[in-house]
Amino acid sequence: MAKQIMEASHAIAEAVKMVKPAVIAAYPITPQTHIVERLSDFIADGELDSEYIRVESEFGAISACLGASATGTRAYTATCSQGLALMNEVLFIVSGMRLPVCMTVVNRALSAPISIWNDHQDSISARDVGWIQMYAETSQECYDLTLMQFKISEDHRVLTPSMVCLDGFTLSHVYEPVDIPTQEQVDKFLPRYKPYHAILDPEQPMTLGPIGFPSEYMEIRKSQIDAIENSLRIIEDVYNEFSDSFPVGIKRARPERYWHTEGYHLEDAEIVFIAMGSVCGTIKVVIDELRKKGERVGLLKLITYRPFPRQAIKDALKGVEKVAVLEKAVSPGADGPIYCELSSLFYGSEDGPELRDFIIGIGGRDVRLDHIKKIYEMAKEGKGEKQEWVF
Amino acid sequence: MAILGLPEEEYFARGHRACAGCGAAIAVRIITKAAGRNSILIESTGCIEVVSTPYPETAWRLPWIHGAFENPAAIASGICAALKAMGKEDEINVVALGGDGSTYDIGFGHISGAFERGHNFTFICYDNEAYMNTGIQRSGATPYGAATTTSPAGKISIGKEIWKKNLAQILADHGSPYVATASIGYLTDAYRKIKKAIETKGPTFVNLLSTCPTGWRSSTEKSIEIARLAVETGVYPLYEIIEGRHLINRPKDVSDLKPVEDYLKMQGRFRHLFRPEKNEKAINFIREKVKSNLELLIEHAQKNL
Repeated sequence: MAKQIMEASHAIAEAVKMVKPAVIAAYPITPQTHIVERLSDFIADGELDSEYIRVESEFGAISACLGASATGTRAYTATCSQGLALMNEVLFIVSGMRLPVCMTVVNRALSAPISIWNDHQDSISARDVGWIQMYAETSQECYDLTLMQFKISEDHRVLTPSMVCLDGFTLSHVYEPVDIPTQEQVDKFLPRYKPYHAILDPEQPMTLGPIGFPSEYMEIRKSQIDAIENSLRIIEDVYNEFSDSFPVGIKRARPERYWHTEGYHLEDAEIVFIAMGSVCGTIKVVIDELRKKGERVGLLKLITYRPFPRQAIKDALKGVEKVAVLEKAVSPGADGPIYCELSSLFYGSEDGPELRDFIIGIGGRDVRLDHIKKIYEMAKEGKGEKQEWVF
Repeated sequence: MAILGLPEEEYFARGHRACAGCGAAIAVRIITKAAGRNSILIESTGCIEVVSTPYPETAWRLPWIHGAFENPAAIASGICAALKAMGKEDEINVVALGGDGSTYDIGFGHISGAFERGHNFTFICYDNEAYMNTGIQRSGATPYGAATTTSPAGKISIGKEIWKKNLAQILADHGSPYVATASIGYLTDAYRKIKKAIETKGPTFVNLLSTCPTGWRSSTEKSIEIARLAVETGVYPLYEIIEGRHLINRPKDVSDLKPVEDYLKMQGRFRHLFRPEKNEKAINFIREKVKSNLELLIEHAQKNL
């Protein structure tokens, strides 16, 4: 293991280099560019022996990954925002064909008005495409989750593509210490990709991507949904194996042990924030301050978002009275997506927490310590509407 | 027994669900014979994909993949890169197929990208000159004067009023080493060109005119005859562009063309040009445009351009 100060984008590029995908297909889009530029440098210097396709669009990028994965090789891409939206049609096809393509999403707001800055609307809008989604708080988590996503997606019990999501600029362009394992350690953790199922090979001709009539489509779809539900258990195995194989090198750079959620001062908390991504760092600072004043407050950080870790969340929130959801996406005309899912999770349970929804950081709006403190006050005193925009 | 000197092996099995007289099914039979066993086929959404793969059945005896309508060239790019990474790029032919809707319209940007990058693959358009799978809507390949369900002939319309896109030239201008037009009316010529396209290293293209009796409103037994007439009238000349230089196969002389009416009259999609009375203006326009296009091609070929 070697500790380095590096940009989160470069930590991801470093992980991808060590994962050695046979094919990388990507199209530049701010703020994803630092990842693909660094990968280009690795290839130009002969440090990475991947076929890098400089595609004509994100639609081309994900389609090329589909083709490369169907040929039986490891394929990687990265994008965000408009690029992810452009990929949307093919995202369903990749997951429906059970191809373990891995992608980084550098979260950025969607147009209009056009914005290059961070929120989660892009990947949250791609929540139902049948991909696994994991959200990183730190550069270390970016590196770690990138290694793990390949192991999870390629597991023959899962065979489901995955996105590792990180906040554009507020994380992607930030320098932090990252503990990088050796290539040998990575190779041991993640063996070479061996396709178990569909593959384009003249020795063994198969038809991939046929038409499914109503008499078969539903069964095929159900088997895909079962696989992503069942992947929860395999993700847990991978979190455990990773935590055992790679002990914490840098304090507070990642959870002591990876799990679907990370708890921060949950032990006696009466009010709990729920959030994803880099804002969790800001929330932790506020919690430290409030705790000094004797406030019983904690944070539940979601790392796995798809599949939605229902049981892990229920376990973590046992006995909690009030939950303040902080989210960087909305469903126009309805509630915030995480709030919706928690409401559904606790519906009908007698000891479920009181839920409040706070929309923050849309289109790159700064989320400062004061915002979090204000949210805490509102949640504690029960002031304001069910859904509040705090900015 | 080998017919027309073509390989006996069939990689596109009988029992698929194409219409009677389907030119695209004939096209695919020839394409697969030319490609041979060591090939991977990529298909766009469209008629052939639908009629050949009703899960859990398949008509394909070659590895075959379908992703979406617009992306066979992009999927092919990924397959080429994967084969290169595996050290198999010289062993396996990568052949992408699209209908004209996929090729001329929705997937064009991806074809352009793949040709610019120079992947070693062949793109073949089975060109039946409209969106047939969705019910005969006009595409960028629909010819001037043809009635489709979205360019119908009416009181003030003669059907599509725009000339067909010259895709072969556009792809040749990408620097492709081999581009050709072919017709199911000339199967041995089509077979030779597809084989040559596949054997030529780099991105290559064949536009294969494929009669659609359902969309062209023609007799199912006339599919080959119509596809020959398209060539004999000069409406659809057969030519190759080898390393940017034109080579005319047929017709080679503008004074030797059959009347365009012979071609148009056999198809219901042009019926409004003859009834209730003959539309001399539109037919003259077609005749003159066909002639001048062919003259230009011949001039290119003569000057070795």
